[in-house]
Amino acid sequence: MSIGHTLLGLLEAGPRHGYDLKRAFDEKFGHDRPLAYGQVYSTMSRLLKNGLVEVDGIEPGGGPERKRYAITDAGVTDVETWLSQPEKPEPYLQSTLYTKVVLALLTGRSAQDLLDGQRAEHLRLMRILTTRKRKGDLADQLVCDHALFHLEADLRWLELAAARLDQLAKEVRR
Amino acid sequence: MTHAPAGSLLAATGLHKAYGPTKALDGADFSVHPGEVVAVMGPSGSGKSTLLHCLAGIVPPDSGSVTYAGRELTAMSDAERSALRRTEFGFVFQFGQLVPELTCVENVALPLRLAGVRRKEAEHTALAWMEKLQVEDLAGQRPGEVSGGQGQRVAVARSLVTGPRVLFADEPTGALDSLNGELVMQLLTEAARSTNAAVVLVTHETRVAAWSDREIVVRDGRSRDMERAI
Ligand SMILES: Nc1ncnc2c1ncn2[C@@H]1O[C@H](COP(=O)(O)OP(=O)(O)O)[C@@H](O)[C@H]1O
Ligand SMILES: [Mg+2]
Repeated sequence: MSIGHTLLGLLEAGPRHGYDLKRAFDEKFGHDRPLAYGQVYSTMSRLLKNGLVEVDGIEPGGGPERKRYAITDAGVTDVETWLSQPEKPEPYLQSTLYTKVVLALLTGRSAQDLLDGQRAEHLRLMRILTTRKRKGDLADQLVCDHALFHLEADLRWLELAAARLDQLAKEVRR
Repeated sequence: MTHAPAGSLLAATGLHKAYGPTKALDGADFSVHPGEVVAVMGPSGSGKSTLLHCLAGIVPPDSGSVTYAGRELTAMSDAERSALRRTEFGFVFQFGQLVPELTCVENVALPLRLAGVRRKEAEHTALAWMEKLQVEDLAGQRPGEVSGGQGQRVAVARSLVTGPRVLFADEPTGALDSLNGELVMQLLTEAARSTNAAVVLVTHETRVAAWSDREIVVRDGRSRDMERAI
């Protein structure tokens, strides 16, 4: 995720202090990985240098955390461009799991056990996300559902692979 | 043969069931504790529904043991088994199987009416369950007049109205879209937990299984306890 664009986007609603920005980010997007202060200030000084934000006021006392930032017109344009650009879909073609399955088959180990172990691990995470979703608000539900659908896709692949193990074993040993 | 795990409410060991040459179950084990939600997963045709039918005493296994609260199901008479199904078990299937001529509240009250409960009292209890499943507004409608998701929630209310100790759900979200499936699962698991009923949840969808506490996978009529897969 582009932290610069996200912080800029948060600034569009109105000027904020660095500390405020971090709090808004953590609350909306940083549930599992809150921003470090250092990251906020290094990002803001980069945005400042590129003319995407300006210092709107400084409270007495000194230190970087006293600065209040405001987005510039160039900053608004930058957010807009970022939002209008589609994200590149993940190609998912370098799957560690696939490599492990092939290696297990090549070396005569149980690929079925490997797939079942992975399956159990995936479902364990899906349960945690489902519990969080059940207890959370709509934002939590959407974030968790996004993850859940991806994990589900992995599991469907695991089922398909498990069903084709005999065939795959013949092919990889050829 | 192994014995039922300690503290389990319903357990099966070494179940075999063949339909002609087809081995629907080929040595399946299962157990569920009171209040536990266990998902039964696996590809289509792997024996999930047959396992559920054997556990619920609907279909007799060719061999193996099914115990409910310490009693051997296969040793009971048909009358005893059907009494058990009426009083201790609840059922939800993929298609709600509501009676089209009855209103929704009459459908939900039906198991109580069949058990001899007076109409007013039965419908009062039925309405309380419909509230839990968020379908109390549909009380006077007939099944043909409500959506698939609503009908399924009415069916869940009906399955729980007698206060069963075990709820058997076979692909309860199979005919629903994601959003309605979610709602059914959320309300079904909440309602079951509120009465400490155990749930046997047959599904081939992992997002549905993620509402369970534990899962087993059935492949070619054999079960695998996934907790032991790691
Ligand atoms: N009443 C029946 N008569 C004949 N074959 C059956 C019957 N019920 C199930 N089967 C067969 O047993 C196997 C397992 O079926 P089932 O338990 O319904 O699987 P699942 O629910 O996992 O899709 C399948 O091959 C199915 O065709
Ligand atoms: Mg089935």
